[in-house]
Amino acid sequence: MTTYTAKDFSTDQDVRWCPGCGDYSILKQVQTVMPELGIPKEDIVFISGIGCSSRFPYYMNTYGMHSIHGRATAVATGLKSSRPELSVWIITGDGDSLSIGGNHLIHLLRRNLDVNIMLFNNEIYGLTKGQYSPTSQMGKLTKSSPMGVIDHPFNPLTLALGADATFIARTMDRDPKHLREILLRTHNHKGSSFLEIYQNCNVFNDGAFTIFTDKKSKALETVFLEHGKPIVFGEGNTKGLALDCLTPKVVDVEEYGIDNLWVHDETDLTKANLLARMFDGPLNGVQFPRPFGVFYAVNRPCYEDLMTAQIKNAKELKGEGDLDAILGGKNTWEVK
Amino acid sequence: MALLKDNKREKVTIIFAGDSGDGIQLTGFEFSNTTALFGNDLSTFPDFPAEIRAPQGTVSGVSGFKINFGSTEIFTPGGLADVLVAMNAAALKKNLSQLKKNSLIIANEAGFDARNLKLAGHIDAADPLKEQEAHHQVIKLDVTRLTREALKDSELSMKERDRSRNMFVLGFIYWLFHRELSHTEKFIAEKFKKNPEVANANITVLKAGYSYGITTESAYERINIEPASLPKGVYRNIVGNEGLSLGLVAAAQKSGLELFYGSYPITPATDILHHLARHKNFGVKTFQAEDEIAAATSVIGASFGGDLGITASSGPGIALKAEAIGLALMLELPMVIINVQRGGPSTGLPTKTEQADLFQAMYGRNGEAPLPVLAVSSPADSFSTAYEACKIAIEHMTPVMILSDGYIANGAEPWRFPKKADLEPIKTNFAKPIEEAYMPYKRDANGVRQWAIPGVAGLEHRLGGLEKEDITGNVSYEADNHEIMVKQRAAKVDNIANFIPLLKSDIEEGDLLILGWGSTYGSIKVAIDRLRSEGVLVGQAHLRHLNPFPKNLGEVLSKFKHVLIPEMNNGQLVQLIRAKYLVDAKGLNKIKGMPFLADEIVAGAMAVIKE
Ligand SMILES: Cc1ncc(C[n+]2csc(CCOP(=O)(O)OP(=O)(O)O)c2C)c(N)n1
Ligand code: SF4
Ligand SMILES: [Mg+2]
Repeated sequence: MTTYTAKDFSTDQDVRWCPGCGDYSILKQVQTVMPELGIPKEDIVFISGIGCSSRFPYYMNTYGMHSIHGRATAVATGLKSSRPELSVWIITGDGDSLSIGGNHLIHLLRRNLDVNIMLFNNEIYGLTKGQYSPTSQMGKLTKSSPMGVIDHPFNPLTLALGADATFIARTMDRDPKHLREILLRTHNHKGSSFLEIYQNCNVFNDGAFTIFTDKKSKALETVFLEHGKPIVFGEGNTKGLALDCLTPKVVDVEEYGIDNLWVHDETDLTKANLLARMFDGPLNGVQFPRPFGVFYAVNRPCYEDLMTAQIKNAKELKGEGDLDAILGGKNTWEVK
Repeated sequence: MALLKDNKREKVTIIFAGDSGDGIQLTGFEFSNTTALFGNDLSTFPDFPAEIRAPQGTVSGVSGFKINFGSTEIFTPGGLADVLVAMNAAALKKNLSQLKKNSLIIANEAGFDARNLKLAGHIDAADPLKEQEAHHQVIKLDVTRLTREALKDSELSMKERDRSRNMFVLGFIYWLFHRELSHTEKFIAEKFKKNPEVANANITVLKAGYSYGITTESAYERINIEPASLPKGVYRNIVGNEGLSLGLVAAAQKSGLELFYGSYPITPATDILHHLARHKNFGVKTFQAEDEIAAATSVIGASFGGDLGITASSGPGIALKAEAIGLALMLELPMVIINVQRGGPSTGLPTKTEQADLFQAMYGRNGEAPLPVLAVSSPADSFSTAYEACKIAIEHMTPVMILSDGYIANGAEPWRFPKKADLEPIKTNFAKPIEEAYMPYKRDANGVRQWAIPGVAGLEHRLGGLEKEDITGNVSYEADNHEIMVKQRAAKVDNIANFIPLLKSDIEEGDLLILGWGSTYGSIKVAIDRLRSEGVLVGQAHLRHLNPFPKNLGEVLSKFKHVLIPEMNNGQLVQLIRAKYLVDAKGLNKIKGMPFLADEIVAGAMAVIKE
C-alpha cells in the first residue's frame, strides 16, 4: 500500500475560514493522522452538513460530500449501509448536529453504524454570523440573545450516552497531541464514535473554552482520562478524583493515597455518566474539572453488519433472487 | 331476477362489504384470483375503513372490496355495482347508494339482527332487507347457522368455526358465477399449512357454500360470464404498489446495481416498503428511517456509494424530502422518488385518492430545480413506469419523480408480465480511473456527468449543494457560471425528451381530445367508448411523461378542435398545457377523494363540444 504524508490529504482549494479559527488546527491534525490509519485514500469519505466547520470536506483530498444542514448523519447512514467497507467521517457543528440534525444524530448512535462523528463545538452559529446555538451557555449575549440566552444548553456527551452511543470522547483544538491521539482512538473504535471537539470561534465566541486551553487555568480546570489509570489532574497531578460510593469528589492525591483514587474504566457506563455530568458548574456543590479523553467505549453490533448478515441469510434461505420468479408470482394464467 | 336473466351481460361489478373482522379483503382477493384464472379481465379496488379498529358493526367500520370483471376489456373497478354482498346491516347502509337499480343483494342474515341494526343506525323496527326487496333482488343466507352446521364435527371452538363464515359466502358466489373452487382450496391449504384443522374447516365451509347453491338451485339463477379475449400471453394479477416494487427490483437487477430503499411509513405508500423488505435475497437493502428527511438523504448517501437509491412517500413526506431532492439534483446523482398521492393539503384525506401533487413534483423545491416526472396510469402500468424512471435516473444522472396515487396503489388488475431477458437494458455510467485529473462535472453530449464512487483510486472528489463550477465541480459563486449551470441542469432534463416515446392519441384528429395523466386513464377510456357510441369524434391521449413532455405533444393537441383535461385536482396539468402550448384546453375537475365515474367525463366532454 502507498504510504502517505499529511500533504497527500490536502486539496488545491483555498481554505476559507477566518484567520485564527480553531477549525484550522483540527484540519491540520486530521491531515496528520490520516496517513497513520493505513487506509487507502479512496476508501475514506468525509461527509458534512452545513456550517463553517462543514466546509471541511472540501479541504480533504478524499471522497467527500458537503450535504445539507443537519443531515450528514443520515447521508452517512445510507452510504455506510451500502458500502460498509468505507471509512466514513462525519463533520458537523453544534447547530448542525444538535439543533436541526438532532434527530438523525440520536438515531445514528442507537443504530451504531461504524462511522466517526467529529462535532466541532464552538457554542455558536458561526456561518450565520453569531446566533446562540444549542450548546451556548445560559445568559450568553449573542446577536439573537441581546438580553442573554434563556435556553438550557445541551450537554453533547450525556445526550450521546442517552442515545446509547458506544463511544464518546472529548478533545480540543488547542491541544494537537491529544487531538491526534483521540482521533486515532475514534477511528479505531468499531461502531459510532462520537467525538466532541471544543473549537474556538474567534470571531463570534472568542474565548469560550479559554479556561480549558489557557496554560494558567488548564491544569486545574481539565482532567485527562486514561483507561486503567487513576484519574489525576492539577499542577504536578497533585489532585485526583475519587468515588464515595457513586458520589464523585475531588481529593488531594498525597492525602488520599494514589491507590484509593477512581481508576478510569472506559467500559463502565455508570461512571461514564458521572464523568460526562462534570459539565456545567458544581455537581453536588463541588466544582469539578472538565474531563477530556475517551469516556466510554464498548462494542455492540453495527447496523450495516446486521443488514449485510440479513441479506446473506435471506440468500441462503431463499436462494439468490430470481427475477422471473417474482415477476410471475404464484398465480399465473395463459391467454392463448 | 332482472340481473340474472340478462344473458347478454358482458361484465359485472360486485361489492363485498362487511365488518373489518369479516375477512372481506381476503374474500374479494380470492374471488379476483379465481376470476382471473378463469380468464376474465378485471379491475379491483379495496375500500378500507379509515380507522384501524373502528367499532364493530358500525358504518365507519365497514371494509369493502369492489371488483369489476367481464368478457370484454375492463378499465376501471366499475361505477355503480350489480351485486352487493353485505355481511351486516352497516355494510348495506354504507353501500346502498353504490348500487344500480334492480341489483342483487346477498345478505348474511345474522348480520341483520336487532343489535346490528342498531349499531348501523337503522331506525327501530325497520327491516332494511325487506325494504330493499321492493328495489332489488335479495338473497338471504343464514351464514352463521349454515357454517356451524357444516362444521358440527369440527374440533375447533365456536369462535374459530365462525371465523370461516366468509368462505361460505365465497363458495356460494363461486357457484353463482360458475367458478371453480380449486384455486381457493389450494390457497387455504397453503395459508393454514401449519394448522390443518383450520385449513380443513375453511375448505369444508367453502364447499358447503357451493353445495348450498346447488341444493337451492331452483331459487336462484346462475350468472354466466365468458372469459375475455385479452391479448395473448401469460398473466397474473398485480396490485399497484407491488408493481412499483417489482419495477424497482427489476431495474436494480438489469443495471447490475444494488437497490437501497430508504423510507418512512405513510399511507398509501407503505406497502412498497413491505414488499421490498421481503426481497432481501435480491440484495435489496431496506432502511426504515427516523423520518422522511433521513429517508431521502440516506438514499443520497447510498447513491453516492453506487447503489440505486429509491425513496417513496405521500404528499406530506414528499414535502419533507424537498430539500434533499434539491441536493440530489445539484449533485447530479441518480435517485427515484415515488409519491403515492393522497388527498391534501397537509394531512388531508390519508385514505382517499387525489392527483393534486403534480405542481409539487414540478415546482416543489427552492431555486431552478427541474427534474423528470413520470406518472403511473393503472396497477398494470406501475411496473414499467418504475422501471423506466430508474432507467432515466441512472442513464441521465438525475433524481426522477414518479407520481402514483391511492387508487392505483391498492387497485389490482391482470398484468401481462415481462421476462427479465426482454426488459430494456440499463446502462450505468461509472467513471474509470484516468491519467488526467477527474472532472466531476464534465458532461457528455447529453449533458450527463459521470458517476464516480468511493473506492476507486484517482477519482477522489468532493460534491456538495453549493453551486458548482462548470466541469471542475469546484465551489463557485461566479455570476456567469451560475447561469450556465442552471441552464445546463435544465437542458439535461429537457434532453430526456429525445429518449422517451412520442405521445399517441388513439385517433389522429377529431373534434375533441381528452388528455389525461395518472389514474384517470381507465375512466377516460370507458368514457371515450360511450362518447363514440353517441357519434362524437373524440380521441384519447394519456401522458406518462409530465416532464419533459413528449416532443410531439404540441402537434397532437393541434389536431383536435377542443382539448379536455380531466384531473382529480383543481386544475394542474391544464395549467401546464395552457402555459406551454397556448391552447385553450379546458379542465374537468373532481376533488372528492374519489376517481371519476365515466359518465362524469362523458358529461364534461359533451359540455365542451356543445360550447
Ligand atoms: C435548512 C437550513 N436552515 C438554515 C440554514 C442556515 N445555517 C447555515 S449554517 C447554520 C448554523 C451553523 O452552526 P453550526 O452547526 O454550529 O456550525 P458552525 O458554523 O458554528 O461551524 C445555519 C443556521 C441552512 N443552511 N439550511
Ligand atoms: S465564524 Fe467563527 S467558526 Fe466560522 S470560520 Fe470564522 S472563526 Fe471559524
Ligand atoms: Mg457552531
